[in-house]
Amino acid sequence: MDTKLRYGFRDTKLVQAKVRQIQKLVTRPWAIMEICGGQTHSIKKFGLDQLLPPEIEFIHGPGCPVCVTSLELIDKALQIAALPNVIFTSYGDMLRVPGSKGDLFSVKANGGDVRVVYSPLDSLKIAQENPRKEVVFFAIGFETTAPANAMSVLQAEAMRIDNFSLLVSHVCVPPAMRAILNSPSNRVQGFLAAGHVCTVMGYWEYIPIAEEYRVPIVVTGFEPLDILEGVYRVVRQLEGGTHEVENAYSRLVTYEGNRAAQKVIQQVFEVCDRKWRGIGTIPKSGWKLRDAYLKFDAEHRFDTQAIETQESPLCIAGLVLQGLKKPYECSAFGTLCTPQNPLGATMVSSEGACAAYYLYSRNLESPKMNHV
Amino acid sequence: MSDENQPIDFLGAYCPLPLTHSEQIVIGHGSGGRLTYDLIQSVFATHLTNPLLEQGDDGVALPPIDPEFEIVVSTDSHVISPIFFPGGDIGKLAVCGTVNDLAVMGAKPLYLTAGFILEEGLPVDVLEFIVSSMAKSAEEAGVAIVAGDTKVVERGKGDGIFINTSGVGIRPRSLHISGRNAKVGDRIILSGPLGEHGVAVLQARGDLGFLSDLQSDVAPLNHLIAGALEAGMQDRGNAIHTMRDPTRGGLATTLNEIARQSNVGIVINEAEIPIQETVISVCEMLGFDPLYMANEGKCVFIVDPEGTDRVLKAIRADKYGSKARVIGEVVSDHPQKVLLKTMIGSTRLVDMLSGELLPRIC
Repeated sequence: MDTKLRYGFRDTKLVQAKVRQIQKLVTRPWAIMEICGGQTHSIKKFGLDQLLPPEIEFIHGPGCPVCVTSLELIDKALQIAALPNVIFTSYGDMLRVPGSKGDLFSVKANGGDVRVVYSPLDSLKIAQENPRKEVVFFAIGFETTAPANAMSVLQAEAMRIDNFSLLVSHVCVPPAMRAILNSPSNRVQGFLAAGHVCTVMGYWEYIPIAEEYRVPIVVTGFEPLDILEGVYRVVRQLEGGTHEVENAYSRLVTYEGNRAAQKVIQQVFEVCDRKWRGIGTIPKSGWKLRDAYLKFDAEHRFDTQAIETQESPLCIAGLVLQGLKKPYECSAFGTLCTPQNPLGATMVSSEGACAAYYLYSRNLESPKMNHV
Repeated sequence: MSDENQPIDFLGAYCPLPLTHSEQIVIGHGSGGRLTYDLIQSVFATHLTNPLLEQGDDGVALPPIDPEFEIVVSTDSHVISPIFFPGGDIGKLAVCGTVNDLAVMGAKPLYLTAGFILEEGLPVDVLEFIVSSMAKSAEEAGVAIVAGDTKVVERGKGDGIFINTSGVGIRPRSLHISGRNAKVGDRIILSGPLGEHGVAVLQARGDLGFLSDLQSDVAPLNHLIAGALEAGMQDRGNAIHTMRDPTRGGLATTLNEIARQSNVGIVINEAEIPIQETVISVCEMLGFDPLYMANEGKCVFIVDPEGTDRVLKAIRADKYGSKARVIGEVVSDHPQKVLLKTMIGSTRLVDMLSGELLPRIC
């Protein structure tokens, strides 16, 4: 990042001007969902919700890949990672996500070879260097991480690396938006679409959703000015009674997205039903490896059938992920459930809504921030 | 020629001489016998020589302390991976870490002890480099390493080398520096930019896929702190109420500790906090916050408002404090909490670090 990011997209005067523009527009309360956990994090980190008029309510969406990975898959990860001949590789923030019994950190402490990597290609390299070990990568994430994960499979095949596999838990944004809008308790009136996802996928997928549900959708970035611009455009549509897809992140996002990345995803993955933690199964909301790549599927390679999952009875992460409850409305928030001792995934990830509330605004005196 | 007349290869018949093992640490280096003695003579005594260490007894008798001073003791273990990183190494870190722990107590560091846990297979060259680096840092800080210990663990049971350093210093009995002393109205001075050590070490691990010219800030701060204390001396006492080096857990954790110890609130201004652009970039990419990144050459001062300018000037006069800034103040609101005024005009909580810093997924 150069100084432009810190002082450009976070410029105080520009931020204040955009806030004033929004204030002038607003005539009544509006509930806007930011889909991506990265946006939730930015909203809380920069205190954007404090700057905006009280009529604007942010509802936090299910766009945190760590939060929505199903308990069943976390338990499978724990089981595989504990096997003696396995090197289990994962993005860092998955290590603290609680399964039914423990997390990947506790597997590591008990002797499991669990390693943090920054990319599935790093994991592939570990497989090359350890030909006698089984190397498994925990392939979680939305459309953003899918291209690199798909690429790792293609490379493993090309390089004939047969000790590498993915534990796949890919989820897709558009089916989740439909599930939220179809819910009888839905309160969402407009969406800030996740900029990172649209960088890969474009925004053509959102046009039928906006039309069918008559809901404005604005592709939005992650810096303070990006988010305020997204809010401004959603509110402008809501106040004007329109429902279109707009692109407020045009410096990175195009209508069709990254075609090469989409092609790689299509080649390796196919659509499947996917269980979302706290929400349940959403039809056709995920990707799994195509049959041609079954040998790279960790669920196929290891016996992970005998899993019995058990969620905390207190955790309301599912309701938070659907925008039905705020984190501070949970009886365990900040007391029984903290980042040190998370009951649910939304308190673990840096993108989780509960963690963002806990970190940046718990228990402060300002009325808008007095959450506990 | 018959077999009996074959010349005998006497080279193969010699009783083999034992290897000297002068190139690599072997288990025997921790035996306490000849190999240990040789290692001490060839590596430690060569670089760390001083009359107190040379006594060679099981402990060291130190000269009596002036009754107007009290003794300050600190200890720290260093287990960093990798052991070499841009701007430093585990040896420099081990000396500076303990020197700084003593200095932020308001003490003048005098003596260090060093305990080494070496892993079988560690090249002696590497050990020698680390010990010489310790000697350089000790010289810069003006402290003597007066006692030591070496143990060797089997290969695979260590990370090359672990070092524990303990330090002894003295401070005037009249000087009251503590995390419990922050007072409402006090200013907070940060001696320089944040996060350089944390990012340099991450980069040195080599798995981030990028390089920069960033160096760790690891440095002995005792001279900087001595200058600040001198400048802070006033008629009624010392203007500096609290000092602390924001190492692991970063500035955020340090300020939270002080807020809790002193039962005060703390407000810091994002626009005033010095951070290098490279550090900001790396943190943005990985999803880290520079407020939580480790530092090994920075100090936070909580200073009486009347003495702030003088203390700041003294800190800036030191080479390690040229970029010092007043970054915030101590307040009566929201006791035991730290708040950040963001550059865009909002306010947010700054919490302690929870567990490990973990890179985000996307």
